[in-house]
Amino acid sequence: MNKSSAAAAPASLYAAREDIYPRKVQGTFRRLKWAALIALLGIYYGAPWLRWDRGPEAPDQALLVDMPGRRAYFFSIEIWPQEVYYLTGLLILGAIGLFLVTAIAGRVWCGFTCPQTVWTDLFMWVERLIEGDRPARMALDRAPFSAAKALKKTAKHGAWLAISFVTGGAWIMYFTDAPTLMREFFVGASSPEVYGFTALFTATTYVLAGFAREQVCIYMCPWPRFQGAMFDEHSLIVTYEDWRGEPRGGAKHGQSFEGRGHCVDCGLCVQVCPTGVDIRKGQQMACIGCALCVDACNSIMPRFGLPGNLITYDSIANQAARMKGETPRVRWLRPRTIVYAAILLVVAAAMATALALRVRTEVHVIADRAPLFVRLSDGDVRNGYTVKILNMERADKEFRLAVAGVPGATLNVPGFTAEQADHAVLPVKGDSIGTFRVFVRTRPDRLGARARDIEFAATDAVSGRVYRRTNVFNGP
Amino acid sequence: MANVDKDTVTGTETTGHEWDGIKELNNPLPRWWLYVFYATIVWSIGYWVVYPSWPTFSTYAKGVLGYSSRAELEKDIAAARKAQEAQRAKIAAAGIADIVKDQDLLVFATAGGKAIFAENCQPCHGPGGAGRPGGYPVLADDDWIWGGSPEDILTSIRVGIRSGHKDARASEMPRFGDALKAAEIAAIADHLLAFAGQKPKSEAGAKLFAEQCVACHGEDAKGNKDLGAPNLADGIWLYGGTREAIVAQIANPRLGMMPAWESRLDPVALKMVAAYVYALGGGK
Repeated sequence: MNKSSAAAAPASLYAAREDIYPRKVQGTFRRLKWAALIALLGIYYGAPWLRWDRGPEAPDQALLVDMPGRRAYFFSIEIWPQEVYYLTGLLILGAIGLFLVTAIAGRVWCGFTCPQTVWTDLFMWVERLIEGDRPARMALDRAPFSAAKALKKTAKHGAWLAISFVTGGAWIMYFTDAPTLMREFFVGASSPEVYGFTALFTATTYVLAGFAREQVCIYMCPWPRFQGAMFDEHSLIVTYEDWRGEPRGGAKHGQSFEGRGHCVDCGLCVQVCPTGVDIRKGQQMACIGCALCVDACNSIMPRFGLPGNLITYDSIANQAARMKGETPRVRWLRPRTIVYAAILLVVAAAMATALALRVRTEVHVIADRAPLFVRLSDGDVRNGYTVKILNMERADKEFRLAVAGVPGATLNVPGFTAEQADHAVLPVKGDSIGTFRVFVRTRPDRLGARARDIEFAATDAVSGRVYRRTNVFNGP
Repeated sequence: MANVDKDTVTGTETTGHEWDGIKELNNPLPRWWLYVFYATIVWSIGYWVVYPSWPTFSTYAKGVLGYSSRAELEKDIAAARKAQEAQRAKIAAAGIADIVKDQDLLVFATAGGKAIFAENCQPCHGPGGAGRPGGYPVLADDDWIWGGSPEDILTSIRVGIRSGHKDARASEMPRFGDALKAAEIAAIADHLLAFAGQKPKSEAGAKLFAEQCVACHGEDAKGNKDLGAPNLADGIWLYGGTREAIVAQIANPRLGMMPAWESRLDPVALKMVAAYVYALGGGK
């Protein structure tokens, strides 16, 4: 047993990170990535500043999750705590949407829109701006300590921290009024929580985009581990045409490519890769599908008079077809894309319907359980209820509350009605909950049974809309 | 490392371990992961030093910060008390009648009163003032032996019933079992049941009632709140409404006791719990 370890020094169980120095690259996909980066960061940093008039009582921010106030605002939509299922709907839409685009076009989420990718890309751009491109950065890291090196490193980390701080601060703005936060933050008037969370998100941005980078994708993120299940042979993914490229080898300009592959082994596809992948080895978990290697290869191929797209965005089925000289064909409609799209449509339609039809008033009736009922001096039986009216609209409202279903029943809302009234008029302020104690009484001989269903009907005084709730009236 | 063992299929190094011909591939963890693990160990040691940790024979290691969750709680309670000061001051200054009329004060008072009630009153009077059989009156109805106005309720809570307090509410129901015959007592019981419409009227009972009971309970048996004489005409019976229970109560009355809360609750708490009890049934 264990013969080999006796002979050789055992390999280390822990590997140091291999530094990656992605090279600058130009091309279609790089332009796409810049466009995505500018659009997404623009939305992220800018969105908290969008205003939306909600009247004097509520914050005028278009996008706001107001934790202390238990409200979430999304333009004209105001979400109360009991409506968080809309969030579930959004998460389902996000997940299915992710499955759908992955089935169609591979890891476009990872390569172009994932926050980890976007901020890492931004940090790499800053790094390149200050320290230069790949060879310069490699030389700088190898160089002995000097004032120039210290200056460059300080400038880089300073810029990173500044971006991180703006990123962390912007996140807080989604949870508190942005202009107020801006005013208070720098005069020291914000809460310890605001400073604490800003510091936390600044630190996480700095560490994740500055240092962890591709290790987040390889070691921390669960998505690469099962995204392979979302692909089929018709999904567009970053591929290498090994049937055309191999056998590879160095080449001179004007050289004939008879009897050898088109890959000139320049290594540029590896050098530009933000995760250090060699795509020529085939599909692998660490490949985030950003297609920068496609741009890199396409910048080399024309120099040798070779057709482009040796590394390309293509499906496995198309690659097989090309190899055999058949016409490749993109199949968009496949069972999985149809199913994903159908689920997406159904969930989106359900959410749109729910939003369109949602009622901004809710009535809840809670019956007293101890005591279930009491006998009054004149022989009547009385039940106590707590009626809550949720007025989720901005305007103050009045509701006419009446009961039905119990013969001879009268009600009493202390403070709002006289004893034994036939109805109550209850005011509920805008965007708030009115809570009322309601006593209902009747003669026990008219009850006819130990318990009867009682219906509470609250009528909106202005719209005339009636909100009904059924409960139980108990008797002896 | 010339002799590193490589797996022939994958070309990956093995860890060198082999069990029954099965070898483990070496897919090394990142080194930072290892350092993070070490860092957590260091962190835990720091935690021992800074926060309370292990027990000693008679006490426990308090940690250099001297942190205690109980002290935190006391700080929170003090902060909450401070936040309530303004409203507690208003309650202290206002009469109980004004408190129940002021919607804001009433909400504050009943919220606090509910907690005080649950702690002090609920064991006898039940949750929500539901009462308990055997002399613990229902507080959610409108039948009040000593009066159900906010002031009456506050007084009852403050001085108690037959509590030994110098101003305690006290009423004495005589033992009619010594003075009357069993048949006479039964006749009075029948007469009382007739008041509530549960029995036909009894001539003999009416006569005996007029002789013996009217002084306290009144001609119409509606009771007298000043004397603490209960309303006998409303069908609500503290010690049970069966004929046997009524006979027993006339012959050998049970007289309940409620403690005086003045010595146990501060004046603000007394007003808060009175407001809560008043709100339970509306009072009369």
